[in-house]
Amino acid sequence: MELDRHGLLSLYKTMTTIRHFEERGIPETGQRGMSASVHSSAGQEAVPTGMCANLSDDDYIGSTHRGHGHCIAKGVDPKLMMAELFGRATGPNKGKGGSMHISDMSKGMLGTNGVVGASIPLAVGAALTAKVKKNGKVAVAFFGDGASSQGVLHESMNLASIWKLPVIFLCENNGYAMSTPSEYGVSTTHVSDRAQGYDMPGINVDGMDVFAVYDASAQAVARARAGEGPTLIEAQTYRYYGHTVFDNPLTYRSQEEEDHWRARDPLKQFRDVVIPQGDITAEELDRLDAEAEALMEEAVKFADESPLPAPVELYDDVYVDYPVDMMKRGVNMSV
Amino acid sequence: MTTTLQTTGTREIQFREAINECLRQEMELDENVIIMGEEIAGGAGREEQGVEDAWGGPFRTTVGLIQQFGKDRVLDTPLSEAAFIGAAIGASSTGLRAVAELMFVDFIGVCMDQLVNNAAKMRYMFGGQVKVPFTMMTRIGAGFGAAAQHSESYYSIFSHFPGLKGVCPSDAYTAKGLLTACIRDDDPVVFFEHKGLYGISGPVPEEPYVLPLGKARTVREGTDVTLVGISKMTWTALAAAEELAKEGINCEVIDLLSVSPIDYDHINESVQKTHRLIVVDEDTPVCSMASEICSRVAEEVFDYLDAPPSRVTAPHTPVPYSRAMENEYMPNETRVINTVKKLLNL
Ligand SMILES: Cc1ncc(C[n+]2csc(CCOP(=O)(O)OP(=O)(O)O)c2C)c(N)n1
Ligand SMILES: [Mg+2]
Repeated sequence: MELDRHGLLSLYKTMTTIRHFEERGIPETGQRGMSASVHSSAGQEAVPTGMCANLSDDDYIGSTHRGHGHCIAKGVDPKLMMAELFGRATGPNKGKGGSMHISDMSKGMLGTNGVVGASIPLAVGAALTAKVKKNGKVAVAFFGDGASSQGVLHESMNLASIWKLPVIFLCENNGYAMSTPSEYGVSTTHVSDRAQGYDMPGINVDGMDVFAVYDASAQAVARARAGEGPTLIEAQTYRYYGHTVFDNPLTYRSQEEEDHWRARDPLKQFRDVVIPQGDITAEELDRLDAEAEALMEEAVKFADESPLPAPVELYDDVYVDYPVDMMKRGVNMSV
Repeated sequence: MTTTLQTTGTREIQFREAINECLRQEMELDENVIIMGEEIAGGAGREEQGVEDAWGGPFRTTVGLIQQFGKDRVLDTPLSEAAFIGAAIGASSTGLRAVAELMFVDFIGVCMDQLVNNAAKMRYMFGGQVKVPFTMMTRIGAGFGAAAQHSESYYSIFSHFPGLKGVCPSDAYTAKGLLTACIRDDDPVVFFEHKGLYGISGPVPEEPYVLPLGKARTVREGTDVTLVGISKMTWTALAAAEELAKEGINCEVIDLLSVSPIDYDHINESVQKTHRLIVVDEDTPVCSMASEICSRVAEEVFDYLDAPPSRVTAPHTPVPYSRAMENEYMPNETRVINTVKKLLNL
């Protein structure tokens, strides 16, 4: 698929919004004492951006603990996300979930997820819904190189393959699961090699190049929509920071390695490719950066001014139907 | 008889260091002891580049082990809990004494089958032919804004399964003594580390020692109410007891320590003296450690009770993210104090 001017600008806008969200939102969340569950996806922006540009709000994605980028690329409002990170009632999860559980069903966003691998079969299930309802929707399961060693991925790929489900397995290989290098944890040279075992195409792409991700995703989405079944895509990428803010990555990887990947920064690469083509100027892209920066300012303000959930909201949404009294019966709660 | 476990030695170390010291000593004493888990050392496969022990455990409880015992006995695993927990159980039934770490107990679903259908039942199903000297170390505890999938305190579910044992240390001394007991025990045991305890320090003997599995300890003597704490909740119970003492109310505080087997006798004996029981449990209340203890006390020492056996626990909900709600979710001092007063009709 050829991207028009609008499509190109939109890719950049998504990437810069993700970058600004991570660079601003994570320290701000830390300052509010809520760092425990936050993982930055800075460096990996091209992957969700290239994939989700092929999806509409009606399609589904399942995400990971490192899911801010997936949310933004799928159209979740960064202001609401910031409120969720700050534990505010205005977050999409009403402060119940935080960074590791952001979800927005109106955008087909089936949640970031704290249990590695756990969201993969949810995406498979969403693809099953689409197949049964014959509505043409597709689902994408984002997961990491670490998650690729979980049994649930393998069972999910097999299931999706025998049922020819419209699902794309998208592995973001950022080289590490916490401090464990993927070359240690993954038995094959590439995660994408594993597609063979489940009779589906396995595509390996440069995850720092949004156009490469976009093209591979377009192919996989077309195959899924045509009823031909699942695809496994592996995008080679890199997380710029530690696993969480508490991790110093230089204890297991080198400065040279970080510099090497930062030199291939997805936003910079985009500029290097697009600006010389003449249609889009550096000033236009600078403006998108400035807009993203302003949006984060607004998001932080919105989140700070939003109310905290009332303590009694603790009992809301455990079930659709269940007496609250039964949840606190006999245990001497204060609220 | 009441067993009041005494702390010996004067050297103070942290809970985290006590665990580390135990692992090191047991690995020195018995070459069949191995340990595996995610990030147990960290940076696996990068030794040539000078990377060793990049993390030393997600909470640094296993730091230094790989340097001392090498990568045959200290194994970093991929994210494959069903496989490596199952393999540790298999290794334990074939001559090793494997310790495996499940990073957070919330992930138990990934490997539950191995614990419940293999570790817990093999000896029984095989007619006693096999021993499974397996230890699973895992983490519990809310209070850190880590939301519903990283904050649970699932210990009662393990007690439910015949064939498994479980312990919840509450300080550095009990951490070392109980972990030593877990590793040396010939049955599968789960060792629950509360995330909120790593930094606390206390006196710990330098030499290896065993605290018996299945024994509670009294950490404060009292006459009016028995408070049973589990893991970090022992500290909450103690803090409440100190507050109440200022008002002339004397609480006895028992540190449960073992969630399977449960030291019913120790609790009964205390309740026979105080006539009142409150279990302070961070886990959710339905079919829980708290409900189990309350029901046994009601059955076994009913005639001694002056008030209903009671509970201060988490509510029957998952753990919420926002502190505004999480603070209410956690059992706290105030709730314990109010419940004590309620039982005393104050
Ligand atoms: C089942 C399970 N096991 C372990 C963890 C702890 N954990 C959280 S993220 C992570 C590493 C995941 O690596 P990867 O899938 O490559 O994702 P990345 O962090 O690199 O984005 C681990 C071990 C978990 N959350 N869930
Ligand atoms: Mg990774």
